[in-house]
Amino acid sequence: MPKDSGIGASTKRREDVRFLTGTGNYTDDININGQTYAWFIRSDVAHGTINSIDASAAEAMDGVLKVFTSADFAEAGGIPCGWQVTDRHGDPMQEPKHPILAEGKVRHVGDPIAVVVAETPEQARDAAEAVEIDIDELEAVIDMKAAVAEGATKVHDDLTSNLCYDWGFVEENREAVDEAIKSAAHVTTLELVNNRLIANPMEPRVAVGDYNRAGDEHTLYTTSQNPHVIRLLMGAFVLSIPEHKLRVVAPDVGGGFGAKIYHYAEEAFVTFAAKVLNRPVKWTCSRSEAFISDAHGRDHVTKIELAMDENHKFTAVRTDTYANMGAYLSTFAPSVPTWLHGTLMAGNYTTPLIYVNVKAVFTNTVPVDAYRGAGRPEATFQLERVIDKAARELGLDPVELRRKNFIQPDQFPYDTPVAVSYDTGNYDATMDKALEVSDYAGFEARRAESEGRGKLRGIGIAHYIEACGIAPSNLVGQLGARAGLYESATVRVNATGSISVFTGSHSHGQGHETTFAQVVSEMIGVDASQIDIVHGDTSKVPMGMGTYGSRSIAVGGSAMVRATEKIINKAKKIASHLMEASEADIELKDGQFSVAGTDKSVAWADVTLAAYVPHNYPLEEIEPGLEESAFYDPANFTYPSGAYICEVEVDPETGEVDMLNFTAADDFGNVINPMIVEGQVHGGLAQGIGQAMMESCVYDEDGQLLSGSFMDYTMPRADDMPMMNVDHSCQTPCTHNPLGVKGCGEAGAIGSPPAVVNAVIDALHRAGHKVEHIDMPVSPARVWKAMHG
Amino acid sequence: MTKVTMTINGKPRSGNAEGRTLLSSFLRDELGLTGTHVGCDTSQCGACVVHVDGKAVKSCTMFALEADGAQVDTIEGQADADGTLNVIQQAFQDYHGLQCGFCTPGMVMSAAALLKENPKPTEAEIRHYLEGNICRCTGYHNIVRAILAASGQDVPAVAAE
Amino acid sequence: MYNFEFVKPSTVEEASAALQGEGAQALGGGQTLLPTMKQRLASPDTLVSLTGVDGMVGVSTSGGTVTVGGATTHAQVAAEAASAYPALAALAGQIGDPAVRNRGTIGGSLANNDPAACYPSATLGSGASISTNKRNIAADDYFQGMFETALDEDEIITSVSFPVPEAASYQKFLQPASRFALTGVFVAKFPGGVRVAVTGASNNGVFRWTEAEEALSKEFRADALMDLRINHLNMISDLHGSQEYRAHLVGVMTRRAVNAAG
Repeated sequence: MPKDSGIGASTKRREDVRFLTGTGNYTDDININGQTYAWFIRSDVAHGTINSIDASAAEAMDGVLKVFTSADFAEAGGIPCGWQVTDRHGDPMQEPKHPILAEGKVRHVGDPIAVVVAETPEQARDAAEAVEIDIDELEAVIDMKAAVAEGATKVHDDLTSNLCYDWGFVEENREAVDEAIKSAAHVTTLELVNNRLIANPMEPRVAVGDYNRAGDEHTLYTTSQNPHVIRLLMGAFVLSIPEHKLRVVAPDVGGGFGAKIYHYAEEAFVTFAAKVLNRPVKWTCSRSEAFISDAHGRDHVTKIELAMDENHKFTAVRTDTYANMGAYLSTFAPSVPTWLHGTLMAGNYTTPLIYVNVKAVFTNTVPVDAYRGAGRPEATFQLERVIDKAARELGLDPVELRRKNFIQPDQFPYDTPVAVSYDTGNYDATMDKALEVSDYAGFEARRAESEGRGKLRGIGIAHYIEACGIAPSNLVGQLGARAGLYESATVRVNATGSISVFTGSHSHGQGHETTFAQVVSEMIGVDASQIDIVHGDTSKVPMGMGTYGSRSIAVGGSAMVRATEKIINKAKKIASHLMEASEADIELKDGQFSVAGTDKSVAWADVTLAAYVPHNYPLEEIEPGLEESAFYDPANFTYPSGAYICEVEVDPETGEVDMLNFTAADDFGNVINPMIVEGQVHGGLAQGIGQAMMESCVYDEDGQLLSGSFMDYTMPRADDMPMMNVDHSCQTPCTHNPLGVKGCGEAGAIGSPPAVVNAVIDALHRAGHKVEHIDMPVSPARVWKAMHG
Repeated sequence: MTKVTMTINGKPRSGNAEGRTLLSSFLRDELGLTGTHVGCDTSQCGACVVHVDGKAVKSCTMFALEADGAQVDTIEGQADADGTLNVIQQAFQDYHGLQCGFCTPGMVMSAAALLKENPKPTEAEIRHYLEGNICRCTGYHNIVRAILAASGQDVPAVAAE
Repeated sequence: MYNFEFVKPSTVEEASAALQGEGAQALGGGQTLLPTMKQRLASPDTLVSLTGVDGMVGVSTSGGTVTVGGATTHAQVAAEAASAYPALAALAGQIGDPAVRNRGTIGGSLANNDPAACYPSATLGSGASISTNKRNIAADDYFQGMFETALDEDEIITSVSFPVPEAASYQKFLQPASRFALTGVFVAKFPGGVRVAVTGASNNGVFRWTEAEEALSKEFRADALMDLRINHLNMISDLHGSQEYRAHLVGVMTRRAVNAAG
């Protein structure tokens, strides 16, 4: 019987009721008395010198309060980058200033130049057209390889070149990897592009700044995945506002997928302008504006070589990647192609020697940062594509080639040659499960049926691993992180026994209000309805690093468990006093404390009441009250893994690819709420299938964004997606966190793109088209061209 | 500014609108009905779908003045007065048909329009009808299941292919 | 968007008079015009809504002709023309999405003449007649290139009359993001010959593929087109497909339309 509450139950989400009745509280729903409206004037050229800005006519227009330019921010810092990568020569990366508003130069289409604040949004936009800006357009640097060629125009004059860093990992292995490739029995090489994407959460970004002059207090309401991180970055580095004078609230947030991790100029602007004008200032991003102001994702160009011995055991992997940083370094940008990518190049395999080279490049495009999966999809795509190609070259079964190289269950903990140590896993188990669920054995009959209808059917397989539960602070500190990556929680038990949990994790669709309550309910034995999960407000939650990298349950959940354990320990002390028994004999079950071996018991609410009404209370031993906090810093990453299989049909006349079915067999360790986990996988798969089949962010050579709206950037729609078979019954619990959980948010987006492309290539090969690779997205036009030269 | 009057969720409501005031802005900013969301500016995403005189429309692609005198139904009017979710809303919760909730008002309103036209839609018909509603969270899987359930059809029978 | 004055006349005469004003523009369902105005790419001083004009809504059939009022929505055409002219109804049912079809009108679509819109292909492919407050315009004279038509500034499409062919079909290959036609082909077989109209593909907007018409008029079978290739040089090239790909799709979609028309 499935459980109906607590850990492992598919509890329905409590947050749904407000979302289903139109009573959610998203940032754009917040309006403050006296509010004004900001309109950002953005560059329409990719690169240029600003000669002059004349706002006098605009400032004289109806309703206009002020037009801001970079001159107003002379005292402010630049937008900081949270990660410093050291290059293969031991030097720090090149790190240009990222001003709030452009200083002297614009460096991408969308770079903000000036901001009009007016009484209404329409007045602000009308006045923006009266701001006269004279820009001399410069040559734009768009292509990464051209950007690092000798004599290329520089994006930043004060840097030595457009190369942010040239990273080698593991640098000591460089020559050994070269040797292993030279002496290999077989080497498979593949050049590929990991296409640039735009996260496009359905809620565009919004920021509202408010200022209380009497208390010199700032409040920022913003669409963020991590309000405390914004408080830290903006307060300490940009505007010099101490934490106790700065409150950051991220209320209901309509999806993030990475794009809402970063500290953005608009947040600093509204916070700053609210004080200057002594009025609340609101900025609401339109979708068109989001395309040129939200951080983009992916955008890698890679060559990978896979070496094997005579027995088809992998002996070495070497990859060379160009990674686009865009015009400035976004908050976590440098870490994505390095530590979130290079460390995953072992995949699920025993490859002993690996060398990863990454050249990060500045271009005149929107900054690029983490998008769902972040670095791990790029690693998985290379590996799982090159393995498929190798199997084809050698006439091997792609499943068997993978199995032959899998790390075996008895090898855990397994130290990879790329710095990480996998704690647990069972890759044959997930592969077996995926083969079973997808009816892999029955493929040929289905292929023949498709052929009868004139369609080319193919099947694609990928096996992935990811590093989640980001991250051990001491490790990431060594790798260049400028912050810790722990999580905090406070559990406050009220006098009548109800519980408020304050977590630094942030839910923007993941359902924490439901799942986190399930965990505490299970631990204490009180009904989940008695437990509230509070998040997203720095004035309520003491500290938090937020939600990204599939870290919420593994890190935030663990902090909550630790705080709850402290609560239980203290409550047991109180119970032992109330029952005049030894603390060691106190047991907590179903919300009832009892003395082992006796019929003495006392209810949870009696203990909590005693904590706050300490008439009969051991005051000499313990304080009144029942509130505990914990910070949890993980000992290691977690390593979810899984096998993905999909089938496609290619229309040979048009090149159109129809996604027929998708099977995901994931190992997430223990699962708190299966319904929510499955939903996370569905969403991740849609984004991975989207990347593989239709999504693409494209610039022309002048730096104009061609895919600048939903009219040209293809979002997966309901009729693009198949029903999905999602299985998470293979569970090797994480060995180093208290819940044994690994995280599930990004898996779907990581494992699916290679499965899709492998399926399309398989379909073409079975029909006699010797196509080795098609870059994503495998659009009808590209597939048709590949088939017909 | 022109005074505009509509019957919204069964009750007469008035407010002021310029020529350029979109129905979505009128609902959100003038009347405070913030359940209707705006997710794009090219009439693609469908987060703003409401019913005008019984038909699903994108409220970001209609002027408030065009709806003067119309019957308008929004997400705020879908549940019973006592807060009980309607059958579509309840199915969305039961089948986990929403995550971040931002596209949800438009999805629910589109689903309501679909079931009015076609009380027992097939999976393919549901997917086709939702062509103008983009969800970034769910992969649509559980939205499709929720709508099947709301139409009284057998949901577990739906598997891949 | 820029502000404007909104007027909603109730007769064609009033609408026509309102459109004489400086900076006046007609508003059908607004499904293309509003997004354009949001981008501030259109700035009318006055918008003249046609949805309240008497006699401009509905579908009627008489003597082998289906007439659609200029302010009739795509949803209405999809429903009300289904028995009289199934291919036209099917085309209307593929425009945009359900919410767009509840607002967008045939008059608005034809007046805009987007090179990737669906309606121009049915109109040209059927040899329809476009009636305005001033005159009747044959489809062959109406479409004059991308976003260009024979309409005068103050001219209103009051109705469109479609001769009903013996057999017809519209085959649309989706531009996956916008859901407009990457290439759409409308094939109509009349007693006097076959008409083939292509949308989405050409830099000149909707056009007739005369070589295919000749071949199909001789023999109405998809095989009759096997040796025909359309020149790609005037085709659109963009993110979603090259000129060559669009030219190829014209052939594929035409053959599919012939097969579907039976």
